[in-house]
Amino acid sequence: MADVALRKVVKRYDDVEAVRGIDLDIADHEFIVLVGPSGCGKSTTLRMIAGLEDISDGDIMIGGDVVNDVPPKDRDIAMVFQNYALYPHMTVAENMSFGLRLKHYPKAEIKARVTEAARLLDITDLIDRKPKQLSGGQRQRVAMGRAIVRNPKVFLFDEPLSNLDAKLRVQMRIEIKKVHQKVRTTTVYVTHDQVEAMTLADRVVVMNKGRIEQIGTPNELYHKPATHFVAGFIGSPAMNFIPCRLEDVGGALQLRLTDRIAFALPPARAARYSALPRTDKLLLGIRPEHLTESHAHLGPGVEPFDTVLDVTEPMGMETLVYFGLDGTPVCGRVDPNAGATDGAPMRLAMDLNNMHLLNEETGVVL
Amino acid sequence: MSTLAIDKSGPSRKVKYGSMSRDRAWALRWSYFFLVLFAIFFLTPPVYMLITSLKSSAEISAATNPWWVFHPTLSNYVELLTSNQFLRFFWNSSIVSIVVVIVTMLISIPAAFALARMKFWGSATLATGVFLTYLIPDSLLFIPLFKMLGVVQDYTGITLLNRWYVLLFIYPTLTVPFCTWIMIGYFASIPKELDEAALIDGASWLQTLTRIFIPVALPGLIAATIFAFTVSWAQFLYPLVFTTSIDQLVLPVGITTTLIKGDVFNWGQIMTGALLGAAPPLIIYAFLMDYYIAGLTAGATKG
Repeated sequence: MADVALRKVVKRYDDVEAVRGIDLDIADHEFIVLVGPSGCGKSTTLRMIAGLEDISDGDIMIGGDVVNDVPPKDRDIAMVFQNYALYPHMTVAENMSFGLRLKHYPKAEIKARVTEAARLLDITDLIDRKPKQLSGGQRQRVAMGRAIVRNPKVFLFDEPLSNLDAKLRVQMRIEIKKVHQKVRTTTVYVTHDQVEAMTLADRVVVMNKGRIEQIGTPNELYHKPATHFVAGFIGSPAMNFIPCRLEDVGGALQLRLTDRIAFALPPARAARYSALPRTDKLLLGIRPEHLTESHAHLGPGVEPFDTVLDVTEPMGMETLVYFGLDGTPVCGRVDPNAGATDGAPMRLAMDLNNMHLLNEETGVVL
Repeated sequence: MSTLAIDKSGPSRKVKYGSMSRDRAWALRWSYFFLVLFAIFFLTPPVYMLITSLKSSAEISAATNPWWVFHPTLSNYVELLTSNQFLRFFWNSSIVSIVVVIVTMLISIPAAFALARMKFWGSATLATGVFLTYLIPDSLLFIPLFKMLGVVQDYTGITLLNRWYVLLFIYPTLTVPFCTWIMIGYFASIPKELDEAALIDGASWLQTLTRIFIPVALPGLIAATIFAFTVSWAQFLYPLVFTTSIDQLVLPVGITTTLIKGDVFNWGQIMTGALLGAAPPLIIYAFLMDYYIAGLTAGATKG
């Protein structure tokens, strides 16, 4: 096991820069998830760590050694692919032991390791089957088993759950977490699914357009996003962004959303934003769970307003409500018993204690 | 969908189903019609060969119904199978075809692997080039080839022309490009992740080829093998040009040179020889047909 470090890593394809200078330190035993939309450079980064792609510039270190020119087989890593990449002509046991057999491990040790990995992944019964006789989830386990038996320094996962159906994905997510708790191998995991990223990671690396937007624990990313992109990417349904401006009304700072709706900022927020130029184009970032039905005893900083709902989506434990504020579509989450109906007026409340204020041009969260 | 909607559309759907099954019935009838037509068309020559091979020379030249055997005899078969000459042709053909298949596979498999998987300067151009060489007809190639081998023979002092083993150098010019080309296709259909997984597992290029690619692309390999064997076995022009002595001939040339004397055609034995000559490919096809079809359709769909 080992730590992994990326220093100003760049990947260029002809004229296109897929990865634009990434710095990342991954501690021993850590579970890191690289997440971002397609084409953000997350898979390329993973493949550079694996050695499947050359590095155009910068350094990659595994266990303190620069591995830029070390071939994949000598990096002591194991990788799990999106389409499993099991060898179709080999049984499960042969698939798992292929790497060990190539390295001429003693037969007894190979058998012991395969048996142990199969037990860990609960695939002992499948050991003599061929990949095509397995379901998607079973194949995924075998692919993980192939990685585990090698006992590598680093596990690399490239969107391993994308080919599974939604239910199985949740189940395998938990399996992966369990396996990591047992083997504690340093893991780099790539996904475009922010829920997977949040649930699995010790730390999440949000990437966009070849750069790292933010690195942090799932909670940090959710509650303290650094940029517009992270704020919008993490969380489902996504954070609402409403154009707004700051106003001084009788010595107090006020946030104006529309001609009709303006809220006085809570003191803590007012102090934080008071130095901002009043001319800046701003966006209010507010998560749907902070837009709820209004009631008689609203706490400090929670402001009621009236709106007309466009669409409601009953989810069971909550109902999502969609409405417009001066043409900007907004989503809120209300209690299923709050009486939200399509096309009906409703009084909602916005929790400004959990608001974010963004500079519309720079995308920075202020 | 509510049940109401289904009830409403009931009558019209019934009519549609009826017309669909009628369409299908007609499609089937036409299919059978053309299949039978093709079967008759393609089976007539071999059947005629079989009938003729069972006749004596006298019956062949007699003005009786050519589609019926009145006095069946195996004399043609006995004569051919006891003739050293014919057995010599058979032996020459077998050894040439088998060695050519081996040589072809030894060249084509690594070539196809390299062209399909290793990125190197000019690899795409080379792949196209390999195929282009296949497009040049052998009727144009044989003269320069003859000249080339003549030069090699003069230079090295090794007799090549008019020796059966010269065909071992000539036939691969036909089989290697085509086999390489179709195997590039099979190898290319293997997911890239498979060799990446092998690479991470610690396999060298050669191990990736022998332990992953060859077993996975086995149906394709067998298809290529059958192709190479058929081409070598049935090749006529090259052996006709490059070999002339009776003991150096392969089957197709041997039959036509020895059984046609001037304008005298020994039809019974020609047909017998052709039928016996067709037997080995037929047997190989029969055994490998399933693989062959699987190979031809592999990669069409995923999984």
